[in-house]
Amino acid sequence: MQKIGVFVCHCGTNIAATVDVKKVVELVRYEPGVVFADDYMYMCSEAGQEKIIEAIKEYGLTGLVICSCSPRMHEKTFRACAEKAGLNPYMVEVANIREQCSWIHKDKEEATKKAVILARAAIAKVNLNTPLQEGESPVTKRALVIGGGIAGIQTALDIADAGYEVDIVEKEPSIGGRMSQFDKTFPTLDCASCILTPKMVEVNQHPNITLYTYSEVEKVSGYVGNFDVDIRKKARSVDFGKCTGCGECQTKGPLGKIGNIPSEFDRGLKNRPAIYMPFAQAVPAVPVIDRENCTYFKTGKCGVCAKICPSKAVDYEQQDEIVTVKYGAIVVATGFDIINLDKYGEYAYNECPDVITSIELERLMNAAGPTGGHLERMSDHKAPKEIVFIQCVGSRCDDDKGKPYCSKVCCMYTAKHAMLIKDHWPDTNITVFYIDVRTPGKNFDEFYRRAVEQYHVNYIKGQVGKVKPQPDGSIIVQAADLLDGKQINKKCDMVVLAAAIEPNPGVRKIATMLTASIDNNNFLTEAHAKLRPVESPTAGIFLSGMAQGPKDIPETVSQAGAAAVKVVGLLAKDKLKTNPCTAQCDTLLCNGCSTCANVCPYGAITYEDVQVNDHGLRETRRVAQVNVALCQGCGACTSACPSGAMDLQGFSNRQITTEVDAICR
Amino acid sequence: MSMNEEKKEFRPLIVAFCCNWCSYAGADLAGSSRLSYPADVKIIRVPCSGRVNPMFILRAFERGADGVIICGCHPGDCHYSTGNYYARRRMALLFSMLEYMGIENGRTRVEWCSAAEGAKFSKTMNEFCEKVKSLGENVRLGDLRCKN
Repeated sequence: MQKIGVFVCHCGTNIAATVDVKKVVELVRYEPGVVFADDYMYMCSEAGQEKIIEAIKEYGLTGLVICSCSPRMHEKTFRACAEKAGLNPYMVEVANIREQCSWIHKDKEEATKKAVILARAAIAKVNLNTPLQEGESPVTKRALVIGGGIAGIQTALDIADAGYEVDIVEKEPSIGGRMSQFDKTFPTLDCASCILTPKMVEVNQHPNITLYTYSEVEKVSGYVGNFDVDIRKKARSVDFGKCTGCGECQTKGPLGKIGNIPSEFDRGLKNRPAIYMPFAQAVPAVPVIDRENCTYFKTGKCGVCAKICPSKAVDYEQQDEIVTVKYGAIVVATGFDIINLDKYGEYAYNECPDVITSIELERLMNAAGPTGGHLERMSDHKAPKEIVFIQCVGSRCDDDKGKPYCSKVCCMYTAKHAMLIKDHWPDTNITVFYIDVRTPGKNFDEFYRRAVEQYHVNYIKGQVGKVKPQPDGSIIVQAADLLDGKQINKKCDMVVLAAAIEPNPGVRKIATMLTASIDNNNFLTEAHAKLRPVESPTAGIFLSGMAQGPKDIPETVSQAGAAAVKVVGLLAKDKLKTNPCTAQCDTLLCNGCSTCANVCPYGAITYEDVQVNDHGLRETRRVAQVNVALCQGCGACTSACPSGAMDLQGFSNRQITTEVDAICR
Repeated sequence: MSMNEEKKEFRPLIVAFCCNWCSYAGADLAGSSRLSYPADVKIIRVPCSGRVNPMFILRAFERGADGVIICGCHPGDCHYSTGNYYARRRMALLFSMLEYMGIENGRTRVEWCSAAEGAKFSKTMNEFCEKVKSLGENVRLGDLRCKN
């Protein structure tokens, strides 16, 4: 029989306001196994933990039940506390009477009754707990960063500078991500590529960083400290060792410099040839052949690029290559894209070439962009005189069409765009239709006020109903001014849409491979919204940048650094403690049917012939053996086992059954 | 007012098996967001929906539960890759057997709920409670020996 101590936490008034804590203590005092029960204001505090330690020593407690907040919050704290007093940490169970009781119920009597039931279930479980020992597993001292935008670049640099090896996998031909497409950055208006390209070069030259560009993560197996990752290096059709990055192949190909394929980098505002580097400062400066659009690959005739390449680097025979690398930690920095605007017919984006997105405007204003930095209408190449910006296109939507969240950066980049346009072309009139202007951030509001006060940008709080392209080439924007209730018909030459931001569409596949959780909007979920913002609930997976939620460049860089520190903290360890809640096979019940091995996702179950003594009958039987180093404790085998031989330590059949009994008593 | 109406409102006993990685965290989020659901729901934490042995559900009904709900990660999002798929198939089979035995389909449910879906968790529990309430007390599988 266990000697169980029950400790009920008030959590200030968080629990005590709706649960009669004293009554809970009185009602559980006489439960089987309980020898001590008490309550305290804050069980997790130093004094609260002291109380637990004293009780363990005084009453010789062999098991603890803490009725408090969620075990996801403080189970670790109380286990460590038990260990301090010499008790096995796995003899502790937490009854969740805050998140799953006091916070959701109002009726005190009802909540108290439920708290007692939850406590009873935990007490019944502890009665069947057994001391468990944590194992150890080694740590591969190498990290993987998925995504080579500013988030991935910064994370990789920080990890590499700490002395650990890092690989970056980037699906595009060059690293740089979205930031490399931008012209200037807010709120300082410094040029994006001037601050990004030195970092890209540093990544390329860093002795601890290996770049896999034009590559994708194909398969992930293993667990924290020991991931095995298959990386598909897509055939570049250009030999890395031979190419000097001279660019001859791109300029002298069949179509010359122009090409006939819409450039992804320039958001389709410009064409590119089939052999291309996305942009001039690409890292690595090695082009790729887009096989889907290449004449040679389509018809077998052409081969011009191979002929003109001075270093004979073009290799049409190259094949995709899969490399398998071991990692200790993985950082997801897959970034974002803007939403598809097909559903937003009212803005005439697909209809009129002069209705553009903000990211297209970035390209139009960039000196390296399709127009050499001259702002012009895509329809007639004339400079626009009257520009309308529309905010919250698909952001803060309450219908299924758009996103419920605020994309966070649009207010600021719109102020930036307006100021830059006014700087270069002062006679341009700019109108911004907004719902709210949101500028929290260092020097952000000052920046926005500058746009209004010094640059006289016309901000109108109003919702745009329709954008109507006119036969004469102008555009009429119909809107309602929300402040004075008037209808506005604004005539302009160009409309810029601040389209909502969404996580890169590829992130879903990656999250599934990593078993990292993802929210309704496909942003990766953090382990704790406030206290563990750069970690995924899945151990060994870390989050950096927009993949976790909308954020600007300074925030992305800080988060990237934070993720790097967490990775370094993990890689600095030589051994990790493993979860002792693993499966166990009762060799007397096992009949070696292989059902469990078939459902085990980790290949942790093998079969061995062992000598058994079944009530005096000695024989050799084929039975399941669990490799505890591989077992992650999911329990799939336990419910699949037809003979009840497989059981999970810490969540055994008897423990769960007894919890059911306690709840249904 | 007749005697029946004065009688105490029926409160179902509902056991919820929640996966540690998603729905248990979803329940925590429902809690910290103060999204209420009836106290009739009592949660048992399991490492994975695939850990839920049909035996646990039979036991709950035997001991007088009026409804049992299993909450796991969305298909494709299982922390252990495949556990929820096994749970889904196993429960489909079990629930059809239970229906044959007289436990209506409304008393059993499998629901996917992620760690970020506190609102969904609360909504699901409210709906499930209503459903079970409308079905009334579960008497079909109750082991009479356990009642008295």
